[in-house]
Amino acid sequence: MPENTHHEMWEKLNMDLEAHDGLLEVLGKFYGDIYLSQENRLKGAEYLDFVLSEVHGLRIKELQDAKAEGRKVIGSFCVFVPEEISLAAGAIHVGLCAGAEAGSELAEQLVPRNTCALIKSFIGFKMAKLCPYIESSDMIVGETTCDGKKKAYEAFNEIAPTYVMEVPQTKSGAARDLWKSEVIRYMKAVEELTGVTITAEKLKEGIRILNDRRRALQRLTRLRAASPAPISGRDALLVNQISFYDDPIRFTAKINELCDELEARIEKGDGVAPKDTPRLLLSGCPMAVPNWKLPYVVESSGAVIVGEESCIGTRNSRDLVDESGETLEEMIDAIADRYMLIDCACFTPNQERLENIASLAKDVKADGVIHYSLLFCQPYSHESLKVDKRLQAEGIPMLSIETDYSMEDVEQLKTRIEAFVETLA
Amino acid sequence: MIAGLDIGSRSIELVTLIDGEVAAAKKLPTTFDPVSQCFKLLDGLRPASLVGTGYGRNLIQRLGLDCECSTITEIKAHALGAAHLFPEARTVLDIGGQDTKAMSLAGGRVLKFEMNDRCAAGTGKFLEYTAGVFQIPVEEFGPYAMKGENPPEISSICTVFAETEATSLMARGEKPEAIALGLHRAIVKRTANMLRRVGLNFPLVFTGGVANNPCVLDLLAKSIGGEIGRDILVPDNPDHMGALGAALHRHHDDTANAR
Repeated sequence: MPENTHHEMWEKLNMDLEAHDGLLEVLGKFYGDIYLSQENRLKGAEYLDFVLSEVHGLRIKELQDAKAEGRKVIGSFCVFVPEEISLAAGAIHVGLCAGAEAGSELAEQLVPRNTCALIKSFIGFKMAKLCPYIESSDMIVGETTCDGKKKAYEAFNEIAPTYVMEVPQTKSGAARDLWKSEVIRYMKAVEELTGVTITAEKLKEGIRILNDRRRALQRLTRLRAASPAPISGRDALLVNQISFYDDPIRFTAKINELCDELEARIEKGDGVAPKDTPRLLLSGCPMAVPNWKLPYVVESSGAVIVGEESCIGTRNSRDLVDESGETLEEMIDAIADRYMLIDCACFTPNQERLENIASLAKDVKADGVIHYSLLFCQPYSHESLKVDKRLQAEGIPMLSIETDYSMEDVEQLKTRIEAFVETLA
Repeated sequence: MIAGLDIGSRSIELVTLIDGEVAAAKKLPTTFDPVSQCFKLLDGLRPASLVGTGYGRNLIQRLGLDCECSTITEIKAHALGAAHLFPEARTVLDIGGQDTKAMSLAGGRVLKFEMNDRCAAGTGKFLEYTAGVFQIPVEEFGPYAMKGENPPEISSICTVFAETEATSLMARGEKPEAIALGLHRAIVKRTANMLRRVGLNFPLVFTGGVANNPCVLDLLAKSIGGEIGRDILVPDNPDHMGALGAALHRHHDDTANAR
């Protein structure tokens, strides 16, 4: 973790320096235990380690430098917010802090106690002045993907400028029309914020940049089907997490390099765990940095994670935007269509998610699935029952885990996960 | 000699096997110094292999023994123990000091399991805590409750709230035996739900310390509709099943390798 080199910058961002130093210290130790302790790690992981060590440092400096040149920073919490549009307006689009307990008690002043850890965390990070991304954002984009979030953004707007997109909850024609109108409304809001008029040419470029990022992540997903597993689930999760923070062009190049290394590894039959190690797919709620508890427990229990069916995983990379559109109208349609494919648990019905999990589990050759729901996350908790039923029909064992960001249940999680792994061995 | 050590939250059990037969079975309370308790149990024994299970299973690596040490979860251990004594077993229920587990078995292997969340609702700890309200040792709490009639509904399974509820029922003049019976019913209701979620099939083997409680056993049989001794089987020493299963795990490996 960085020394005091960024203190001046953080002070200008009105962050709580003392509390933030404490957070970085804990994060650094946590990262050391969970990541740096891994054996037989990839060379390409140096990039991950560097980005993470500078996630609140150099990357924030890049944002500040861009802002000094007149560019805007847009922050969001959800894969529904169309980043193509932000890029087309020359803005920088970043994911915001939401993966730690920091500030959660403060958050209970604005949202009820029995709110999911993710929501409490993003509100807590803002209230405790701990997230340089929130403090750097010129606009924060929320969305209505669950009741908890949609009400939380009302409260959040009181402490940070929040723009909310209405995500529909069905996949009907009318819902698609609503979503398209929301994409257009977002485009206008971004144009107003940046003072840039989005042209077909700029939007085409935005689509290409993000499709390239998705193609690199898709390549990683495919390579993880190899046995023995060429990369740990922890590192792959980190790749997915960093995709929300780092510059998309740099990220794409680095992940393609990492994939080259993985291909060479697969060629040699090398892996991060022996060939007979049980392979698990993680499915369910997103895991924002530094929410590494479950992957760490899983991979310390004699299993390896070979895929993430989550917003920080395949839900964010599985579908591309059709690149054949030439006019602005065609491209907006293509963007609206692509985002409507997202199988978020907020949709009703949401049959396609069940199909996608079953086929992903087979594609990555998973022996079992761990379904992860955050406590008080109704949409994913409900779907865990349906996913279980569907996977049973496919003969794929599933373990359902409901937890939050605290460490108090680690021992019980270990017992469950080890017992699940024992049933697969 | 193979030793199985089940380091639970409430007690530690040791079972040793010689040529696949139980040679010794011992038990001590866990206390705040489980490592010393493990040494007391192992005193004078020199097992070739030691298998740890239970909440404190990883402590066996800290004992510094020169034998081969490994661990399995208590879920697998109880399943192995139950399937060894009752090969026809289809479901296992283990209620221990701080966890309740239900497992469905097929051919001695765990198919599906459920385990309570982070709180101790409906476990041995719940019985111990509420028995304390009646100033009765936990071992006598079951027989005491069996004397109760017309038990009041205890709506909370939370250990702390159930105590509050029991206290206010006492203040209302309810008979203490009836309240005790109500507390036992609350546990059984929760347990039966967990069993149904894993797919209850008879015979069910009931293990763990709480299987020694005749009131829980009786109410469970009534709740899930099985006959004790035919559909619901309790081993002679239900609290030793984890340690037995742990030792058997190693024994099975040895016999598989010898073939």
